[in-house]
Amino acid sequence: MEAIQQILFIVVLGIAGWMVFQRVQLIKSTINLGRPEDLTDQPQRRLSTMMRIAFGQKKMFDKPLIGILHFAVYAGFILINIEVLEIVLDGILGKHRLFASFLGSFYPVLIGFFELLAVAVLLACLVFLFRRNVVKVARLQPVRHREMNGWPALDGKLILIFEIVLMIAILTMNAADSVLQDLGSAHYPKTGNFWFSQFLKPLFEGWNENALIRYERAAWWFHILGIFAFAVYVTYSKHLHIILAFPNTYFSRLIPKGEMKNMPEITNEVKMMLWLENSSGGTSEVPERFGAKDVQDLSWKNLMDAYSCTECGRCTAACPANITGKKLSPRKIMMDTRDRLEDVGRNMKANGGKFVDDGKSLIGDYILEEEILACTTCNACVQECPVLINPLDIILQLRRYKVMDEAHAPGSWNTMFQNLDTNQAPWKFYAGDRFNWTEGLEQKSAG
Amino acid sequence: MAEMAAANESPEVLFWVGCAGAFDDRYKKVTVAFVKILNKAGIRFAVLGTEESCTGDPARRAGNEFTFQMLAMSNIQVLDMYGIKKIVTACPHCFNTLKNEYPELGGHYEVIHHSEYLQQLINEGRVRLEGGETFKGKKITFHDSCYLGRANDIYEAPRHVLEALDADLVEMKRCRTKGLCCGAGGGQMFKEPEPGRKDINIERIEEAIATGANTIAVACPFCMVMMTDGVKNKEKEDAVKVYDLAELIARAEGL
Repeated sequence: MEAIQQILFIVVLGIAGWMVFQRVQLIKSTINLGRPEDLTDQPQRRLSTMMRIAFGQKKMFDKPLIGILHFAVYAGFILINIEVLEIVLDGILGKHRLFASFLGSFYPVLIGFFELLAVAVLLACLVFLFRRNVVKVARLQPVRHREMNGWPALDGKLILIFEIVLMIAILTMNAADSVLQDLGSAHYPKTGNFWFSQFLKPLFEGWNENALIRYERAAWWFHILGIFAFAVYVTYSKHLHIILAFPNTYFSRLIPKGEMKNMPEITNEVKMMLWLENSSGGTSEVPERFGAKDVQDLSWKNLMDAYSCTECGRCTAACPANITGKKLSPRKIMMDTRDRLEDVGRNMKANGGKFVDDGKSLIGDYILEEEILACTTCNACVQECPVLINPLDIILQLRRYKVMDEAHAPGSWNTMFQNLDTNQAPWKFYAGDRFNWTEGLEQKSAG
Repeated sequence: MAEMAAANESPEVLFWVGCAGAFDDRYKKVTVAFVKILNKAGIRFAVLGTEESCTGDPARRAGNEFTFQMLAMSNIQVLDMYGIKKIVTACPHCFNTLKNEYPELGGHYEVIHHSEYLQQLINEGRVRLEGGETFKGKKITFHDSCYLGRANDIYEAPRHVLEALDADLVEMKRCRTKGLCCGAGGGQMFKEPEPGRKDINIERIEEAIATGANTIAVACPFCMVMMTDGVKNKEKEDAVKVYDLAELIARAEGL
C-alpha cells in the first residue's frame, strides 16, 4: 500500500512538473518574440527596486488594509512552501512528518507558525471574496469594466476559493493527525498539539482510527494534489504575477516616467534630411515597420509586463479617460496584449514552434484605435501599478504605428502636424509673431 | 538671444517661452509675469524669440516621431549655436522634452521648471514677496501637472512657492502622485475627446471647486486652458480664478 502511494506520488509530481515546464517554455518563447531592449544597467538599483516593490510589496501598502491582507497571503504562500517541501519529501520517501525527527521540540512551533499563516491566508481570502462579491469593489466588477467579463472574473474568484479549500485541508489534516497521535496510532509520531488545529480536534470526536487515517490521508493527498494543480493553473492564470513580479520589477524602467523611448532609425533619417550627416554612406536601413502593430513589434519587457498583470485594475481606476467613461482601460491594454500572446503561443505550438500569420494584429483585433486615442499620457496607470507594469509604453508604440505606418490620425492631429511642419507651432500662428508677447511688457527684456 | 550673442555676452539662463507662452493670449500673461519677476530679480536671461520652435512634444505623444525629431534637431542646433547651458521654462511639456528627450538626440542642457526656479529665487532672497498683494488667509489649491509630477517627480517645488505667499494651501483629494490629469496631455489638447460620460477637465474642476478655494494655481499652459474652461463650464468665473504660479508671485511683488 505504502509503495503504491509512493509511486503514485512520484508519477503525479512528474506530470505536474512536466506540464509546468511546457508552459514555462511556451511563455518564454512568446516573450522572446519581442524586440530586444537592454535593461541590465545599474544592477544595484534594480535589485533594490525588486526588493522594495516585489519582495517588500511597497506599493501594495498604498491601501494599508489591503496591503496587510495581501502580505499575509504572500507570506503564507512563500513560507508554507517549506511545509510543502516536507510533504513532497514525505511523499517520495514514504515517510510521515519527516522534519519532526530532525527538529524535535521545535517542530510543533514550526508547524504552529505555518498554521498561523494558514489561518491568516484563509481570513484574507475570505475578505477578498467578500470585497469582490458583496462590497463589489468597482474596479473588479465586470458590469463596470468589460474586460473583466467571463474568465477574468471567474479566475479571480476561483483562485480565492482554491486557497481557502487548501487551507482548510491543511488545518483539518493536522487536527486529524493530532487525534491519531492521541490514540497512539503507529504511523503518527508524537509531536504534540499544533497552535490552531487543536481547536478543530472536536470535529473528529468519536471517529475510529481507520476513519481518521482515511481522512488524514485524503486531506494530505488533496492538499498536495491541490498544490500541484495550482502550480499548473497559475501558468494559465493572472496569478503568474506571484513569480513574474520579481523579474518584472527588476527589469523595470529606471528613467523618468515622462521620457519616451527614442527611435534611432528615424534619427538617422532626420539627420540626413537636415544635412547633418552625409547621406553617401547609405548604410541606414529602412525599418520594416514604424511603431508597433503586433506583439512582435513591442519590446520583450512589454510582453513580460502583460504576463505579470494580475488584473487588479488600480491602473484603470486611476485613468482619467476611464473615469470619465472613455473606452480606454490600461488594464485591458495589458490583458489584450497577453491574450494576443496566448493566441500567438497556441499558433506556434500548433505549427511546430513557428508563428504562422493568422491575419490578426494587436491593434485592430484586440485593442481598438479609439482606446489608444483616448490616452492623455498622464502616467497615472504607470504610477499605480504595484508590479511596475507600463501600459503607456504600449499605447504610445501603437500610436506610432497608426500615425506613421498607416498614416492614420484624427484630422485635427493632422492639422497640428502640418502646423508644426510649416510654422513650428501646433497652432496656426505665423512663426514671425513668436516674439509679440513682449508687447505686454512696459520695458523690453534683454531679448 | 541673438542680440546678446552679437554683444558677445552669455546669459545666466535661457527662458524657453514655449508655443503657448508665445501665442496663447491667456498664457502670454504668464510669460510677461515671469519676465517681470526675472527682471526685478536682476537675472541676466535671454529668450530665443523667433528662433524658438515647438519642442515637438505634442507630435511625439501623438505618434509622429518624424515631426518631433525634425523640430528637436533644429532646436538643438539653435541652442548649441548659442552655447546654451541652462534653460528655464514655464511649460512642463517643454521641460520634460528638453530635459529627458533631447539628450539622446545630442542636446545636453541643465533644464529647470519655473516652479523650481522660483523656489530657488525665493530661497536665495532674490525674489522678495513684498510690496504687492497679500495672499494671507486666501484659499489656494494647486493642480498638479502630470508632466511635472508623475513624469518628473516634482511635487514640492510649486507647493513651496505657494507657501511662500503665506496663503492657505488646500489640497484636492487626488493630489501629488494621485493627481488627476486635466485632460490635455498626450496630444488631447489638439483634438476632440473620445466619446464618454464626461470631459476630464470637468471631473477635475468639480474636485477643485469642492475644496472651497477661490484660486486654482497651475504650473502648465495646458492645465491653464483646461481648468479655465472647466470653471466657465461650471459658471464660476466670478468666484474661482485660475492663475499660474508666476502670476501669483508677480502680484505679491506688486509687479
